[in-house]
Amino acid sequence: MSTLEIKNLHVSVETDDGAKEILRGVDLTIKSGEVHAIMGPNGSGKSTLAYSIAGHPKYTVTDGEVLLDGENILELTVDERARAGLFLAMQYPVEVPGVSVANFLRTAKTAIDGEAPKLRTWVKDVNSALERVTLDPTFAQRSVNEGFSGGEKKRHEIAQLELLNPKFAVLDETDSGLDIDALRVVSEGVNRYTSQGDRGLLLITHYTRILQYIQPDYVHVFVAGKLAESGGRELAEQLESEGYDKYVKAAAAL
Amino acid sequence: MTATVENVANALELEHVESHLHPEPSYDLAAHPVPSGLEEIWRFTPLKRLRGLFDGAASDAHLSWENDLPEGVTLGELSTEEAKALSVSAPFDRLGALAVANAGGAVLLDIPANAELDRPVRLTMRGDAADTLVWGHVVIRVGAHAKATVLVDHVGSATYDAFTQVVVGDGAKLDLVSLNDWEDDAVHAEQINLRAGRDSEVRVFEFSLGGDLVRTSLNVDYAGPGGSVDLLGVYFADAGQHIEHRQFVDHTAPKTRSNVEYKGALQGQDAHTVWIGNVLIRKVAEGIETFEQNDNLVLTDGAKADSVPNLEIETGDIAGAGHASTTGRFDDQHLFYLQSRGIEETEARRLVVHGFFNDIIRRIGVEDLQERLISAIEDELATVVGRLES
Ligand SMILES: Nc1ncnc2c1ncn2[C@@H]1O[C@H](COP(=O)(O)OP(=O)(O)OP(=O)(O)O)[C@@H](O)[C@H]1O
Ligand SMILES: [Mg+2]
Repeated sequence: MSTLEIKNLHVSVETDDGAKEILRGVDLTIKSGEVHAIMGPNGSGKSTLAYSIAGHPKYTVTDGEVLLDGENILELTVDERARAGLFLAMQYPVEVPGVSVANFLRTAKTAIDGEAPKLRTWVKDVNSALERVTLDPTFAQRSVNEGFSGGEKKRHEIAQLELLNPKFAVLDETDSGLDIDALRVVSEGVNRYTSQGDRGLLLITHYTRILQYIQPDYVHVFVAGKLAESGGRELAEQLESEGYDKYVKAAAAL
Repeated sequence: MTATVENVANALELEHVESHLHPEPSYDLAAHPVPSGLEEIWRFTPLKRLRGLFDGAASDAHLSWENDLPEGVTLGELSTEEAKALSVSAPFDRLGALAVANAGGAVLLDIPANAELDRPVRLTMRGDAADTLVWGHVVIRVGAHAKATVLVDHVGSATYDAFTQVVVGDGAKLDLVSLNDWEDDAVHAEQINLRAGRDSEVRVFEFSLGGDLVRTSLNVDYAGPGGSVDLLGVYFADAGQHIEHRQFVDHTAPKTRSNVEYKGALQGQDAHTVWIGNVLIRKVAEGIETFEQNDNLVLTDGAKADSVPNLEIETGDIAGAGHASTTGRFDDQHLFYLQSRGIEETEARRLVVHGFFNDIIRRIGVEDLQERLISAIEDELATVVGRLES
């Protein structure tokens, strides 16, 4: 049983006019076994939250902490956070030319587990993980994300989620840009991951569409750098019919 | 000199194109005065470090050759005059002309017409000491419709200046790999002039890892339409090393193709690399395609990469022409992505550098050589990447 606690998180980015605050005090606790959905309008800071948890160097934490089982992971490097059990499926997965998917996955698995995976089963594991997200096994020989379509990149993220099997996963708009078949494939992958029962999920999304496939325990509305409201599944339905208008106006009035 | 007459007879009949980028080819030393260092073709080269090569002192020292020749392939000799009479451009600079004048004849590697080699030709050229002055003149002749891979491996140390002529017959397929894996104190200047036959397919790989100074110029033209040439290079310069690769692709025939891709990494104080890519598209060269690209990865402060692509176009009818050049540090996004999967920073850097070079190395198709290059790069990286701060 693990806990990921985000406490009063303030984050800013460097701009030409100095530091600009994007996250303005985010509080959120996720326990293993829980599925949290974060929904919010464009530019509200959802990706900033995801990247800050993962430790992207572009973002500066100015206040607050992120605790994984009580340990402040903000003091860890990007790779240490991953080895501690965090995973970020990125909104725009990065192309790494010349590094094959096979080599990348084996290196990552070795790093996460602290020992090289058994050669005999590993190739099979990789192939079936790719197959489950309907990626051809030939993808293993291609460079990481290079020339992948938008949907293929997202499915590759989910294959990694399954192979690395972290304690907590943050999925940043993994559903964006997917057609209905790919959305189903991705959702099934996510559900296989959560159905283990002891994994935590933070699902960042823009649309309620994916929530027809992945059932969240909690839904949070994210506006102007913080959580504006939290609730259950019914909150998603309300957002579906009413949009973010009410929250955006309220935030602007502050 | 009778040879001059033969040269003219053999020369492609082309209009003269005046350009400071590529001097007129000639075997005549007087046509190539000793440079001051300000000339376009010399301005990047630290002439002092050429150890007096321009003096042209006589020497009959040789590199020692170990040869592995597949069936049908022969090594022989050509007189200087016979070599000059071959249908390949004369030297473009004084070092090329000096090599011919001083080598006292050429070694001829002959791959007969229609031969399909079952394994690569391997020539290992070893120098015994840095202060041994060696003049080299090599001719590689690939007969029409032959198919061959030729690996030339430079090891040991020397002060070596060579002129290499490569004649590729019509419809022939040649992969020529030149590996500059010298000891740290070697000086190596080489001019490789290649003429690609009608419908031939040529790939030249250059790998430069060792040596105090390595300067190669690779000059390509086409004997007829349909020829396709890839010039591919990988170099890795450490502190104090000067590695310079120049290419001149002269599109002398219609429907020809050229593709130039060089990738380099630099690390350490005063590591210096130079890449100059010149492409000339002549009036006759209608419907040609050309692309040149150079990418440099600067791993530490104090290293310098010069990169200059030049495209001269004399015809309006081109299928495609372009060039690109990048010089940069590690891409933070690459490192972040890899690290976000648990991979430590030094390991992530290693993966990125390997990936950077792999793109070219994997195209050689000679397994043991690919492995050797990958591990050579691993050794280079081990000296510095582990200590890098981001
Ligand atoms: N370097 C920067 N300079 C200025 N503003 C920045 C910079 N980087 C991010 N921002 C701003 O931070 C805000 C939050 O961006 P973020 O990507 O976190 O939003 P998001 O909620 O993920 O949006 P989307 O739904 O479009 O993915 C945006 O207004 C963005 O323009
Ligand atoms: Mg976003």
